Amino acid sequence: MAEQNGGGSVLTKKEFVSDQEVRWCPGCGDYAILSAVQGLMPEIVDKRENMVFISGIGCSSRFPYYMNTYGMHSIHGRAPAIATGLATARPDLTVWVITGDGDGLSIGGNHLIHAMRRNVNLVILLFNNQIYGLTKGQYSPTSEIGKVTKSTPFGSLDRPFNPVALALGAEATFVARSLDVDRQHLTSVLKAAAAHRGTSFVEIYQNCNIFNDGAFELVAGKEHKAENQIRLEHEKPIRFGANNEKGIRLSGRASVEIVDVEQAGEENLIVHDVHREDPALAFMLAHIATGPTMPTPIGIFRAVDRPVYGEEMERQLAVAREKLGVGSVEKLLTSGDTWEVA
Amino acid sequence: MQLTGERFTNATAILGNDLATLPDFPAEIRAPAGSLAGVSAFQIHFSDEDVLTPGDQPNVLVAMNPAALKTNLGDLESGGTLIVNKDAFVEKNIERAGYLKDPLEDDSLSNYQVFEVPMTTMTLEAAKDVEGITKKDAERAKNMFALGLVAWMYSRPTEVILNWVEKRFAGKPGILEANLRAFRAGYNFGETAELFAHQYEVKRAALPPGRYRNVTGNTAVAWGLVAAADCAKLPLFYASYPITPASDILHELSKQKNFGVRTVQAEDEIAAAGAILGAAFGGHLGVTATSGPGVDLKAETISLGIVLELPMIIVDVQRAGPSTGMPTKQEAADLLLVMYGRHGESPAPIIAPRTPAECFNAAIEAARIALKYRTPVFILSDTFLANSSEPWKVPDVAELPDISVPFATAPNHEGEFWPYVRDENLARPWAVPGTPGLEHRVGGLEKQDGTGNVSYDPQNHEYMSRMRAAKVAKIADDIPLLEIDDPSGSAELLVISWGSTFGAIRAACEKVRAQGKKVAHAQLYHLNPLPKNTGDVVRAYGRVLVPEINLGQLVKILRAEYLVDAKSYNKIQGHPFRASDIETEILKRL
Repeated sequence: MAEQNGGGSVLTKKEFVSDQEVRWCPGCGDYAILSAVQGLMPEIVDKRENMVFISGIGCSSRFPYYMNTYGMHSIHGRAPAIATGLATARPDLTVWVITGDGDGLSIGGNHLIHAMRRNVNLVILLFNNQIYGLTKGQYSPTSEIGKVTKSTPFGSLDRPFNPVALALGAEATFVARSLDVDRQHLTSVLKAAAAHRGTSFVEIYQNCNIFNDGAFELVAGKEHKAENQIRLEHEKPIRFGANNEKGIRLSGRASVEIVDVEQAGEENLIVHDVHREDPALAFMLAHIATGPTMPTPIGIFRAVDRPVYGEEMERQLAVAREKLGVGSVEKLLTSGDTWEVA
Repeated sequence: MQLTGERFTNATAILGNDLATLPDFPAEIRAPAGSLAGVSAFQIHFSDEDVLTPGDQPNVLVAMNPAALKTNLGDLESGGTLIVNKDAFVEKNIERAGYLKDPLEDDSLSNYQVFEVPMTTMTLEAAKDVEGITKKDAERAKNMFALGLVAWMYSRPTEVILNWVEKRFAGKPGILEANLRAFRAGYNFGETAELFAHQYEVKRAALPPGRYRNVTGNTAVAWGLVAAADCAKLPLFYASYPITPASDILHELSKQKNFGVRTVQAEDEIAAAGAILGAAFGGHLGVTATSGPGVDLKAETISLGIVLELPMIIVDVQRAGPSTGMPTKQEAADLLLVMYGRHGESPAPIIAPRTPAECFNAAIEAARIALKYRTPVFILSDTFLANSSEPWKVPDVAELPDISVPFATAPNHEGEFWPYVRDENLARPWAVPGTPGLEHRVGGLEKQDGTGNVSYDPQNHEYMSRMRAAKVAKIADDIPLLEIDDPSGSAELLVISWGSTFGAIRAACEKVRAQGKKVAHAQLYHLNPLPKNTGDVVRAYGRVLVPEINLGQLVKILRAEYLVDAKSYNKIQGHPFRASDIETEILKRL
């Protein structure tokens, strides 16, 4: 299915598929995400050579091998740091980071929050399966409390991160959540993430059918999704439920609550505004669910404009050149006090 | 006190003396004045002859308070000149310095020529009717009084110092005036009080003709990197995390925006290494600098750089460790760290400049090797090189080498692009994103030779491990042979050294030779790979001595590589060697 795009070249999904055999477990949610990303590529880049995927370590981080673009499968947790260097050095490139809940939130947590704080021009896809897959089944920083795994036979003690809330806390300029199983929703979120200038953070609920099968069933599964998916849509009142009968309003106690729309009145529901500068309301929405086992918002939580790190750096360089002229090594070496020896 | 030292240094350099300095300060930014921990010292050695070290024993010590006296008196030569700020020798300070009684009033200083100068009183007096300053401001100018005094003693040109003072305190007219007056008061005091037996005059040193400047090791590294990027026709991308004593490199490079230098103050040491690797993947000259603790943290990323075979430069400005150790003190104990301190077989070239000025060349040489062989390269600097300065003949920019390397632009294997095909230097192609047709994936998993695809093939892993080692080893064909300084040609003892110990060792050798004895000296600049003739050199001498500011690291490498019975001489006290330490050691072994 060829498509004409910006640069006039004709790229198709097929051209973004690398020659490497995909080695995820059969049935893994990663396949669906890979296919969605490959399918979206022709729409967002007009030159394959300008697309770069950088990943860390973990199942999800094998992703770059399967994309027929430039790519780097780096080391555990460091993809955002490496991508920061690349995107800052080369603002002409489109750089995406592929990470997981262990890679991005545990060993690489520091780099993740700082990339978002700086607003580096990156799309960061965090595949959240709430488990360590590659190391064969230890609990992760997004696993629910009490999770029984190989490393926690008596149940895990640590409270999980809420990745969307974490990103909002770091004041990421674009924060969204989607699902591996909902191709259409995922594609629309990824498209918006790609169009955003600065860091776009997208949490993707991804099923690990080997070590944590069904973790997102209550939100993603056919049976329950109608009652548990709160689909956030810009400029629309936040409503959900099998018959769209529920909604979210401000509770009056500096919080948000789920209400029956008929009783509460639609005019009292929160009208979702992704461009709201203050991340506080989005943060409250992120906390409506303590985990993917109850009504959970998906979609774009926040999309605001802020200066982009790499662009600001280019601007500083340009200003310096304008003010001081293009640097001359000779002038530099003879600047300040020098003297002649005859 | 550091500023005062720098001004004296500057005036001395402009006068044309050769010099070497040793700044010595505490890690605490504002350690309590008058406490032993808070003493900040600056030592300078200048002469009309070639100066190799900051000097073992100063001829003159200026002590601003009892603590400074206590900490530094041990260094002053017997019979040397001691100038003290008499006003600071009050009971509280004397006690704080741990003296039981006033050292000016017992016989403990009888070995020295002591001048008690009421510097604080005279400074306050000089500044008394300056408007708009507090008494504290006026008192702070006493360092300028001291500077004026020594400037007179050694006939330093006052103009350059006064110009600097004016610039420094521009916009603060009161403080400026107080400092100018304090300086003049000190200078005039020297001239009129006739307290001093004689005024020193040090002639110009016989340096080769050319334009000179003073430079510290950190500045030289920073400028060398700017020059290297220019020689490589690549943008410089520098990322680092603040750490003593490397931060000045970040400060200096962050000013050079009009050269297109991108600087990132990263969130941590690991991120700094990651960012430069990302930039290198994108075709920039990626550089980071740190000290030992930062090298520990960057190790994993450097090993990724070794597998990705991308250029990176890591400057390790060594300091006293382990752990936080003594962050402002001298030590050179990271050789084995950068040589072997990574998991797996992960070889990386290492360069060790010997003087502050040579840090400039080292930056260019590191870039040359990193780019040509597509590998991470270490520069081993240290606290002493980083902070001390020496006159440097500014190089002719036109004579700097062209170290540019081509990016890959076309498929290299039957119409396809293979990222791990090697050139005559065993380097793989550098194909940067944005180049059409060369899209490829790299990663930390073992690479299949040629294709670069993930490979668990046992034979391939051994082949690639040996290939990475061979690539670094092959650099030996591309570096100068080890030179031997052995004027007699028949010495029995060879002293072999690396890094900033050069000055003390060379000076010691000259002293030994002046006594009619024979000793040879060789200084290693490339530490990995070692020059091809290193084995021949060390085997050619009956005895080999390896002095190091660590517990014996190069000596282990030499013994392991060449099966020679090299002996170690070590000092690990947070200070550089003194020439006399080495001289004694050499004489013992002759």
